Order: sequence, then C-alpha cells, then structure tokens
Amino acid sequence: MISLAGRDIMHAWGKFVFTGLGLGLLIGVTLSMAGIYRGMVDDAKVLLDNSGADLWVVQKDTLGPYAESSSLYEDTWRPLRGLPGVARVARVTYLTMQVRQGRREVRAMVTGIEAGGPGTPGWPPYLVAGRQITRGHYEAVVDLATGFALGDRLEIRRNQYTVVGLTRRMVSSGGDPMVFIPLKDAQEAQFLKNNEAILQQRRRTAENPSYNRPQVPGLLEAVIASQSSNPSVNAVLVQIAAGHDPQELAERIRRWQRLTVYTRGQMEEILVGKLIATSARQIGMFLVILSVVSAAIVAFIIYTLTLGKIREIAVLKLIGTRNRTIAAMIIQQAIALGGIGFVVGKITATLLMAPIFPKYVLLEPLDSVRGFVAVLVICVLSSLIAVRAALRVDPAEAIGG
Amino acid sequence: MDGGGIRIQGLQKSYGSGDTAVQALKGVDMRVDPGEVVGLIGPSGSGKSTLLKCLGAVIEPSAGRMTLGEEVIYDDGWRVGDLRALRRDRIGFIFQAPYLIPFLDVTDNVALPPMLAGRSNFEARQRARELLQALDVEHRARAMPAQLSGGEQQRVAIARGLVNQPPVVLADEPTAPLDSQRALGVIRILNEMAGKFRTAIIVVTHDEKIIPTFKRIYHIRDGVTYEEEGEGRAPV
Repeated sequence: MISLAGRDIMHAWGKFVFTGLGLGLLIGVTLSMAGIYRGMVDDAKVLLDNSGADLWVVQKDTLGPYAESSSLYEDTWRPLRGLPGVARVARVTYLTMQVRQGRREVRAMVTGIEAGGPGTPGWPPYLVAGRQITRGHYEAVVDLATGFALGDRLEIRRNQYTVVGLTRRMVSSGGDPMVFIPLKDAQEAQFLKNNEAILQQRRRTAENPSYNRPQVPGLLEAVIASQSSNPSVNAVLVQIAAGHDPQELAERIRRWQRLTVYTRGQMEEILVGKLIATSARQIGMFLVILSVVSAAIVAFIIYTLTLGKIREIAVLKLIGTRNRTIAAMIIQQAIALGGIGFVVGKITATLLMAPIFPKYVLLEPLDSVRGFVAVLVICVLSSLIAVRAALRVDPAEAIGG
Repeated sequence: MDGGGIRIQGLQKSYGSGDTAVQALKGVDMRVDPGEVVGLIGPSGSGKSTLLKCLGAVIEPSAGRMTLGEEVIYDDGWRVGDLRALRRDRIGFIFQAPYLIPFLDVTDNVALPPMLAGRSNFEARQRARELLQALDVEHRARAMPAQLSGGEQQRVAIARGLVNQPPVVLADEPTAPLDSQRALGVIRILNEMAGKFRTAIIVVTHDEKIIPTFKRIYHIRDGVTYEEEGEGRAPV
C-alpha cells in the first residue's frame, strides 16, 4: 500500500515546509525556554562549585549569602578556623551592582575575596588569562562575559580597579558575570557613600548631644569612625578536611557559634528551589502557553488541510478505504509537520538562539528527546479534530444529488 | 459471481418518520445483465441519486431486495455485513467529475482500489497499466491529475472504476463536463469495457446526446422506475 500521507506531503511540500518552518520557530523558542531554565540551574551549581566551599556560614536565620542578605562580623572566621575538621576558612562579600568602564556599564556580581592563593574558598578556581589578585587593593579578576580585557580600568563606586586576570563561566545564579576584588575594597564598596552624604552624616552625629558630650572627649570621633567603616562580611566559606562529615561539622557550628550553616546540598536547594523557583514557574508557564499555541497551530493547519480534501476523502471512503487508513493519513501528516517543526526548532534553538541569548542556554540531549516526544504527542492530539471531521465525511458526498 | 449482473426488486427508501417521512423510492425494480450498459434517466427530485446510493451500498434501503450476481445484498431489512468491502471489491464508481486523488499520479490513482483490496503494489500497478493502455492514456501514466485534459481525466476515472473488475459499475453523469464527441467516446469506452469484463454498467444521465445510445433505459419518476426498451436506438 502506498503512503497516502507521504504522497500528499510531496504534492504540497511547499505548504508543509513553510508551515513546518513557522512551527519550528515556535518549537525553537520552546526549546530555548527549557534551555534557559537548565542554564539557570547550571549557573547556580557552577556558582557553588566555583566557590570551593563545603559549608556556607551565614547570619543566623537567614538564607544568605545568595538568596538573602547576610551580615557577619568579619572576625567570625576565627572560632570557626579552630574547630576540628576545618581545613580552610575565608570571608566573602557579594554585591550585585553596575560596574562602569568609561561610559559603558556592566551588571556584575562583585565578589570580595580574601588574600590567599589559588584554592582559597571564594577565589576563582581557574583563569583563562592573566593572574590572580596579588595586591590588597584596586585589582580585579573578571569573567569573560563582562567584556572587559586585561589591563582595562573598571570603576566600582569611587575607586578604579585594573583587570589583572580573566576567568570563564563564573556567574551568579541570576546569570550576572562575576568581578573579583580584594575583600577590604568590597566591604568598603558595600556601604560607601558620596562625600556630601558623609559630611551630612557627620554633621547630624555632631549635633546629637548624646554623641557630643563635653565630659567625654573622643566620643564623637569614635562614633564617626565606626560609621565610616564596615566590619561585616556576607559569609564565611569553610573547606572541610578530608575524612570529616560536613553535616556533623555544620551541626556543631550551629549549636556552639549561634550561626546558620548550609551544606552544599542545602545551598543547592536554596538556589534551585527558592531563588530561581519563580523564574522556573514563569518559564514553565511559558512552556505550557507555547505548547498550547503549537497545538492550536498544528490543529488548525491539519484541520484546514483536511477540509480541503473532503471530496477526496469521500471518494476514498466510497471506493472502500478503511477509516483507519484515512485517520492514519491525517495523523502521519501531523507527525510529519511536527517532525519538520522539531528539526527546524532544534536547529534554531542550537545555532541561532542559544549563542545570541544574553543568558546561558543549556540544551540537554534528554530535554530534546522529551521535546520531540511532546511535539509528537501534541501533533497526534491536535490532529484528532481533523480525524474526527474526516471520519464524519459521508461517502455519499462523492455521489451528486 | 461473474456474469450475475445486478437485480433489484421492490426497493424502497424512506427518509424521516411519522408525518414528516418522505418516501424517495417507492418500489423500484431493475435488472442489468453482465456486459450490459443501461441508462437511468429522471428529473431532479425523482429519486435518482437515492437509487444510485442504494445501488452503491452507500445507504441502506428501507425495504426490497438487491442481488449482485448470486449474492443477496439487501433483503427486506437484512443486509450484507461489510458494505465497505462490498463497495471496494464488487462495485465500481465513475463520477460526474473525475474526482481523481490530486496527490497521486495517474497510475496510482487507478492502482489504489486493488491496493486497498490487498493486492501487492506491483500487481495493482500492472493492472492499472493494462487498463490505461486499453483506455489509451498509458502515455500519461506518470502525470498528475492536474496535468491531464478533461477527457483524459475521465478516462483515468473510468479505469479506476473498472480496475477491480467489479460485476457492476455505477456511472453518475460521466459525460456531463464533456462535449458531444468526447461524451460519445466515453459511452463507447463503457460499452467496450462492459463487453470485455462482463460488467453491468448503470449510467445516470441527463445528457440528451448520449441517451439514444443505450439499448435499455430506466426512467425514474416519483420514486418509481419504468423500463424503456427498443430497437432502432442510435448505435454507439
């Protein structure tokens, strides 16, 4: 038996190809949306991997440092370092802000890292060019996605930094590229005000009789000094010595240091389950909408194509064609349309959308397989309306009168 | 079954029920022998199309008996089980317009009925080519229907109606879109094919120019048929 669907497609190939192209662009957007979600999850995991930490010690009862603000005294690391099983500790600050280079601005996650060496928690684990930060101030290592180059001068708040190293795939969970600067600079940048604001704050403090008492010389200067410095960090990253249990150590810190501690698994749960949960729901909603739109398009096209063949279907039924042969013809055409659409969509998502999309788009093979199956299911379901219309055709329509 | 022709006795068909019932056929008798081509003539609303649909096993009559060869198709409310298979294997159709499948070439249009009947593609195409040769359209075997002239399309449609060598062929105004010469050509072909394959052919027509070519004619009026037979009709 010849393939009626195949012959019809070959006969009207232009209609099928162009419809498939349109459907393919829609499928491409759908695959890209799924890729964006995967990219966000991957960004979150990469952020945790690159931090080099086994435990994140943050302000008590917060989800810091990525999902909520967290503030710890900078000397919190001392008692932690002395605990059995702790190999290394390092303080970090994270601040998402606009980093300027002349008139150009880049949204970046500025990360303050402690002096140390490669392998220190918080440090970029590898560089693709240049060197790590070696000076205590005004040097930066930046992700390639910032677009900065070695030797560039960046402006963070009022200070200028020289790019001494480049790294790759160091992004926040939101996809912003990271800029590493010395911890002290980052602490200052977090709360640095402009000169007018500082002068005004000093004036207000001086006018407060509680801080400016004649009997207590030096009090006013001490208060102003405390207002001008930032003794806080966002988190202390802990590396555990081999052979020690992260859960056990985390529990000990929670109990004795009155701090909140997250293990790698818990932090991943916060990032994926809480921080990008809203985005995931939005993307999921988009996927549903796009799937419904795709289904409507396929249903409309196949239904229109079927209505255009009512007389031929009546003739086919009159000469004894089985209903299942006619149904198969329509379903096969819908599947072919979906197949063309999927190929176009996959190519579009992989070669056109992913490279130019501002966020990281991760197209996983398994997602493609799932997408292909979903497209086929949608096409088959969408063709059922046309199948129903075809099966209702009376063979008598082929006979006049 | 070959050589049995088609016979109907007291065929009735009603639409609706109660006060709104319309009796389209009121007891039709008809007999067409193998190798014979008969005309079926009647004005609009006479029951012509209803009769054709009953003969074509598309709709079921309300009463009466119909036999195809020795096989009983309808008998006062009883009917043969699989009407679709009956249409596929034992009844050929030729329509007013050719109604060829536009996405199949000429050969496959003709080969489709035997393929549907379960014959191999090779065998079905072989039979199609033989018929196309007999109908003098073999040179257009690879053409698509849209590339054919009206006369060629109708000859291909005739080939499709005959390809399964059915004992009966129903032709619904097959010459309507054709000029006189081509119309007479189609009737000549039908007569040749009826003789060659021993097929009973019923031609429904309004076409004045071909009516004289039938040796027997059934007139249908108000759901009742009247047979007209006579010598001296114009030879085909």
